[in-house]
Amino acid sequence: MAKSLFQKVWDAHSVRKLANGQTQLLIGTHLIHEVTSPQAFGMLRDLGLKVAFPHRTFATVDHIIPTNELVEPYADSLAQAMMDEIRKNCAEFGVTFFDRASGKQGIVHIVGPEQGITQPGTTIACGDSHTSTHGAFGAIAFGIGTSQVRDVLATQTMALGALKVRRIEVNGKLRAGVYAKDVILHIIRLTGVNGGTGFAYEYAGTTFDAFTMEERMTVCNMSIEGGARVGYVNPDETTFAYLKGRPYSPKGSEWDAAVERWKSYASDKGAHYDDVMIIDAADIAPSVTWGINPGQGISITENVPSPETATSADDKAGIIEALEYMKLPAGKPIKGTKINVAFLGSCTNGRLSDFQEVAKYIQGRKVAAGVKAIAVPGSQIVALQCEKLGLDKILVEAGFEWRAAGCSMCLAMNPDKLIGDQLCASSSNRNFKGRQGSITGRTILMSPVMVAAAAVTGEVSDAREVFSVN
Amino acid sequence: MALAKITSVTGRAVNVPGNDIDTDRIIPARFMKCVTFDGLGEFLFFDVRHDPQGNKIEHPIDKPEHKGATILLSGANFGCGSSREHAPQAIAKAGFKAVIAENFAEIFFGNSTTLGMPCVTAGREDIAKIAAAVEANPQTEVTIDLEKLEARFAGQSVKIAQRESARDALVNGRWDAIGELIDGLPDVRSTAAKLPYMAA
Repeated sequence: MAKSLFQKVWDAHSVRKLANGQTQLLIGTHLIHEVTSPQAFGMLRDLGLKVAFPHRTFATVDHIIPTNELVEPYADSLAQAMMDEIRKNCAEFGVTFFDRASGKQGIVHIVGPEQGITQPGTTIACGDSHTSTHGAFGAIAFGIGTSQVRDVLATQTMALGALKVRRIEVNGKLRAGVYAKDVILHIIRLTGVNGGTGFAYEYAGTTFDAFTMEERMTVCNMSIEGGARVGYVNPDETTFAYLKGRPYSPKGSEWDAAVERWKSYASDKGAHYDDVMIIDAADIAPSVTWGINPGQGISITENVPSPETATSADDKAGIIEALEYMKLPAGKPIKGTKINVAFLGSCTNGRLSDFQEVAKYIQGRKVAAGVKAIAVPGSQIVALQCEKLGLDKILVEAGFEWRAAGCSMCLAMNPDKLIGDQLCASSSNRNFKGRQGSITGRTILMSPVMVAAAAVTGEVSDAREVFSVN
Repeated sequence: MALAKITSVTGRAVNVPGNDIDTDRIIPARFMKCVTFDGLGEFLFFDVRHDPQGNKIEHPIDKPEHKGATILLSGANFGCGSSREHAPQAIAKAGFKAVIAENFAEIFFGNSTTLGMPCVTAGREDIAKIAAAVEANPQTEVTIDLEKLEARFAGQSVKIAQRESARDALVNGRWDAIGELIDGLPDVRSTAAKLPYMAA
């Protein structure tokens, strides 16, 4: 029977049925970070348990790490305590820890792929909802809570019900100035923030075929913003080329066998899908959010919605609440909205290609007066790659601060925060109320090049105009 | 380990209306700088219970008549966003034992079930009926009956629903799967042995 990648990977990792009908699913690769793991290790200690497969758990530190402070102890004693805790836990339980001193530290969803830990046909879990990022390699990757982190540490499995599979096909060539970030913002706008609940997404079509791994990661990363816990792309030559030669990739004769195996996991022709969505790449424009969830998005040329145009009472209440929080006038263009902060980085858009693309356009331009602009590489390796190419100098010359690797202002569990009701043009993934560290802070999500355009003009702008892209 | 069989939850309720209440709203990230879950209860919904200066502002869960409520009512897509278990932990540590909403985001739902905190769904009108009864008399006792799949309050009853795997786990006292998962370790090892990438 023809099967989707999801079904094949699920079947290969199913250990047994549990009493309540869920499946005990083997999680081949477990990634942990400092925020959602300490309690799980605490529970292991309380239960007198060990890590069952310590060589299949990999740790790093990203959420709390300061990006402008390199020497410990950190000024924030709570951050330092979390740092000490993960270091202690990894040493005690025999888990590999990519600490800053290793030169491999970074956002967990950037570290896994760049180390070659993230591989096709595998199952991955991490106590972070953006774990779906790893699906870009044809892995089934789940964001989990801390009790499940405990379960995976103790047994390398967790209890799960199978998901339905929705194939989202995007076909054709993206228009100039349109990026992977716009593709996922467009999809979430179409489905709403809960349209993906209960589904794994299979992203496919000629647009995805042509995407680089970094572009695929950007899309898979935000699957959860549309409610889908899992998002993946079938592995292909692009995937294999990316993985070849990475530290944890198979070597020598094992490589060829691995590639054959990986290919066998790709969805079969004629596989069953519970739903199919087809999108024309030409319909996707540079996108921005105007509200307080990632589904509240429009193209840069559109006007902010007004309550009168709402399609339902819920929609109306949502628009009113969002506009009040965002302090945006109803029915007016989003273009021209003044910004205070520009943030480049995050697990969505903190990779080499993101900084390369920005540098290409911002070279010789200046960040507008009064705008605070920060560029935060997603990992120490990304930082090094950028620095070798001189991208950091281009960004600094333009007026960006070049920081050390971490989650930074995406969720502001570190010193990088909005102040008051500052409005941030952000390449991150969430525009929830208060997300960027100020209770009244405002976030507009967009692609990195759109962030660069906003930084240069001091207002939400169409990057195609600012940088003469055509 | 023996877990309680959670067949019903009875208590007073408080309505926190709204759709798409995300886990950042439930527990802002800055309160996650901790290595245990203790003490998270006081930070539940912190940024909508305080003004930017940190002064208390009106919020349903702070109203004196709702003190001691153990059932939380809300709207659609409750618990969306971040996978942080800190969110259901904060709800539980603040004294809540169950949540009734139109529907739940998936990760939040699973995290809550594993803590033995039932999340049940009900129709919007039915949630409004419970909320109205609670509004009229905050002392109203609400019972969430996971066996009959109904919520009873003030002489009324409405249908509720819950995913069968979660309901089964709660009523049979196996909502925390760790014991069962550990029992499966021999099978886990044989499954792992078939997957080359699992080799040590």
